Amino acid sequence: MMTAICFAEINPPQAGGVFPEIELLKSSNPVDLTYLGLSGSGIFKIQQVKADVVIIEIFSMYCPYCQGEAPNINNLYSLIENNPALKNKIKIIGIGINNSLFETDIFKNKYKIAFPLVPDEDFKLHKIIGEVRTPYFIVVKLKGGKTEVIYSKLGALGDNKAFLEKIIKSAGLK
Amino acid sequence: MKIKSILAIFISCIFAQSAYALSEAYKNNIYNPGQLKPVDSVLKVKVGQEAPYFILKAVRGGMISLKDYYGKKNVVISFVPAAWTPVCSDQWPGYNIVKDIFDSNDAVLLGITVDNIPTLYSWTNQMGKLWFDVLSDFWPHGAVAEKLGVLRSDGVSERALFIIDKKSIIRYIDVHNINQRPPLEILVRELEKLKIR
Repeated sequence: MMTAICFAEINPPQAGGVFPEIELLKSSNPVDLTYLGLSGSGIFKIQQVKADVVIIEIFSMYCPYCQGEAPNINNLYSLIENNPALKNKIKIIGIGINNSLFETDIFKNKYKIAFPLVPDEDFKLHKIIGEVRTPYFIVVKLKGGKTEVIYSKLGALGDNKAFLEKIIKSAGLK
Repeated sequence: MKIKSILAIFISCIFAQSAYALSEAYKNNIYNPGQLKPVDSVLKVKVGQEAPYFILKAVRGGMISLKDYYGKKNVVISFVPAAWTPVCSDQWPGYNIVKDIFDSNDAVLLGITVDNIPTLYSWTNQMGKLWFDVLSDFWPHGAVAEKLGVLRSDGVSERALFIIDKKSIIRYIDVHNINQRPPLEILVRELEKLKIR
């Protein structure tokens, strides 16, 4: 019985599956809200982001690999924002595991990150998404209020252009 | 009775799983000791008193003494329990990106564990290039931790922070729950208090 219960762990969302209905804290920065097509304060769900695809980076301010990967993700953000065909279709959100707002803000300022970073101070979101190591990337396709995971992987993204081509193809973006 | 037993096992399993966001930087090389007694020592110093003298070997070579900073810098000492363990591995890399905060408060950071130099060298290499010194309190084993009252009964140190001002006076102590990382904002707030003294 003990084994059965102890091994009833939650696995990370896998490609082809749905993304769990996590509640994220809205940023108080109007630029972040505009970027995601949101307004007001409180919480939001991934399904409410005004986009076709959301790239979610699970990171921590304290994670050396996340620190090393930050410039690459900034480059990915620029590639998307500078492409009129992708700009309003693909958005990026970072979730800072066991990071307070103070800590995600430090990470944002240190690496001049333009996309929103959401704190997950008490591991609440981390537990729901399978207690993954960092950095971990999940790409979610949004359609009609439903979600479909099209990418779920631990570690650096590698070549940004190849990654973008892959998710454009998987999401059926034109 | 059976339901109570199942519930107890379920709860113990939940709490046995230490939630931490371990960086991929360490691959599968981290040993997870599970949940530990939050604090397992009795402090021997207090805020307002002079910090005890110490001199320890640094990973970069040479010896570092608290006296080196007397009259020059405030000193933050970060004791972490052990190399290659979950929370510790995700603490100093965060400090590594906030050198500007330490600089603006005229402070240096000294990281200390009771591990030996070769172990600390291998472990801290995974964190990237650290701007602060890492010291070994390995031999006599845990002597500095013992002097401060943060050596646990199993021979590792507590997860503890000390702020010592330029006159060697202890201004802040946080013997933190060993299972959790101390919030950075509290350390920063305490450092900033030194400016108004």
